[in-house]
Amino acid sequence: MGVKDSKPGLLQPIIYLTRLDRLFKWGRKNSNWPLPWGLACCAIEMMATFASRYDLDRFGILGGFPSPRQSDTIIVAGTVTKKMAPVIKRLYEQMPEPKYVIAMGNCAVSGGIYYYDSYSVVKGVDKIIPVDIYIPGCPPRPEALVDAFLKLQKRIEEENL
Amino acid sequence: MSRQLIEVNSADLKMTLNHMKKEGYDYFSFMTAVDLKNSFLLFYRLVNVRDGSWVIIKTEVEKENPVIESAVDLFKGADWHEREVYDLFGIRFEGHPNLKRILLYEGFEGHPLRKDWTSNDVEKRPEDFV
Repeated sequence: MGVKDSKPGLLQPIIYLTRLDRLFKWGRKNSNWPLPWGLACCAIEMMATFASRYDLDRFGILGGFPSPRQSDTIIVAGTVTKKMAPVIKRLYEQMPEPKYVIAMGNCAVSGGIYYYDSYSVVKGVDKIIPVDIYIPGCPPRPEALVDAFLKLQKRIEEENL
Repeated sequence: MSRQLIEVNSADLKMTLNHMKKEGYDYFSFMTAVDLKNSFLLFYRLVNVRDGSWVIIKTEVEKENPVIESAVDLFKGADWHEREVYDLFGIRFEGHPNLKRILLYEGFEGHPLRKDWTSNDVEKRPEDFV
């Protein structure tokens, strides 16, 4: 079945005109593959967000793809310990540009309830890697993570290539 | 099913563990320590899996140079428990096959669950929140 036989609509041969940077940003925005860093209870909410009820796939965000080399965004979901910190840094460095970081939950934002009197917790993942979107909450609801991805998409759309 | 708490001298600990193992308490459930500022308390919990009865053996070691005999040759499961107590409290276990840190990273200074342990990395709680 060729183009000639298809119904009118999107399948019709149409020429779209756009700028190249807009085309790149459109692609980046809608194929944002995260590298999930489930480190504590926030990981449960992150998994719920990937699952069918909240369904991040509809934004082009393919959940549970744990390879830094094919990822665009790190979701640091949970408590970052000093022992885990060098591993996060190394995997962040292995990711190709452009790369983004979402700090999910109070622990990843600032250390959270482990801010005082803790010998093992990093006081915020932004001490190791640059963070784009912060989500407060203990843990944040899946809607908050979806909102973070929408904000990140907006950010990708507005940035300069 | 019985539940017992036994207090022994640290020199008699190995003997007591050996005896309780022969009595049928052959599952090493856990061990842990408490810092009493002047000394350390050590707790060993053994379980008889056939009837569910358990026994806690409690002993005390000195604060300066805390050393006690390892229980690894009696209970293989004591291996990582003793490493954890060594890691966090600095109690040395004589005869342990691989006594090194298990939870904290290489190069960590001191043993953080000791009451007198301090570090500049630790954010102190303000007086208002204590």
